[in-house]
Amino acid sequence: MDAWILIAVVGACTIALKGLGPLVIGGRPLPRPLLGVVALLAPTLLAALIVTQAFADGRHLVVDARAAGLGVALVAVLLRAPVLVVVVLAAATAALARAVA
Amino acid sequence: MSRTETSHRVRDGARVIAPFAVAVAAFGVTFGVLARDAGLGGAKAVVFSATTFAGSAQFAATSVLSAGGTLAAAIAAAVLLNTRYIPIGLSVAPSLRGPAWKRGLRAQLVVDESWAVSHLGGGRYDPRLLLGAGLTLYCAWVAGTTAGSVAGSLLGDPETLGLDAAFPALFLALLAGQVRGRIGVVAALGGAAVAAALVPFVPPGVPVVAASVVCLIGLRRPPGEPPS
Repeated sequence: MDAWILIAVVGACTIALKGLGPLVIGGRPLPRPLLGVVALLAPTLLAALIVTQAFADGRHLVVDARAAGLGVALVAVLLRAPVLVVVVLAAATAALARAVA
Repeated sequence: MSRTETSHRVRDGARVIAPFAVAVAAFGVTFGVLARDAGLGGAKAVVFSATTFAGSAQFAATSVLSAGGTLAAAIAAAVLLNTRYIPIGLSVAPSLRGPAWKRGLRAQLVVDESWAVSHLGGGRYDPRLLLGAGLTLYCAWVAGTTAGSVAGSLLGDPETLGLDAAFPALFLALLAGQVRGRIGVVAALGGAAVAAALVPFVPPGVPVVAASVVCLIGLRRPPGEPPS
């Protein structure tokens, strides 16, 4: 049930957000300060997601196999590897670290 | 512009986007597998992809849920991440013509990749390229999700496969394409710091949403480039 609520709300909001520009606001630009804030939402949230997904275990910060995966992913990103390669390398590293441990 | 020329441009859009579509389909497979693990098994992941059609937000919501976060935190993370579609939608708005329903429908085909390939330069967008590229990506995303959702049940324990490490790696790869300029780096580091600091004190999912206050630094200095 919860999952369907998530799907419905996120779906409806995304459709509204995508349609807002062409349908409601038209060609007019957003006020500059607001544009500055919205532009930073994606990098801010993605960085927060990286930290929580790699180091949080419930309410504890831990360094485990996921951190090893993230380290390898960072190297792959710096070497400009395609996104899929980055993801596969990270998963393989974490799996290997767990198998060894 | 003649009708045949229009359909040619739509086909051009599909051709230009083809390599991206392969990646997006593979991405969809990953999403289908991970979503299943987060309680979005079967038709749920497919319906999610078909209605939301925004990969990073879907991954964000799924990752918050699988980390034990609340429904509200998962929804907030996904919706906040998708607010970038406001400026993206604004940028294509002058290039979309015709009745409101048509403009609204075509705006749904805008995702990062289709937006990029339909850009003609100077802030002008080709709506036919957008249509061809967007529809192709949409089909690839939904088909990939379906395949992943089905194949996921054949895989073993997600942790043994290291799939939990796939989330942060994916967000890192997406982040690399989103950071623009020094203020973007500051926002990313600030968001990471706030989220890490809050982990011990609030339920899972909340640190990510709370970290969004960091983007208020954008009030001080608007970016020089249009956001993507």
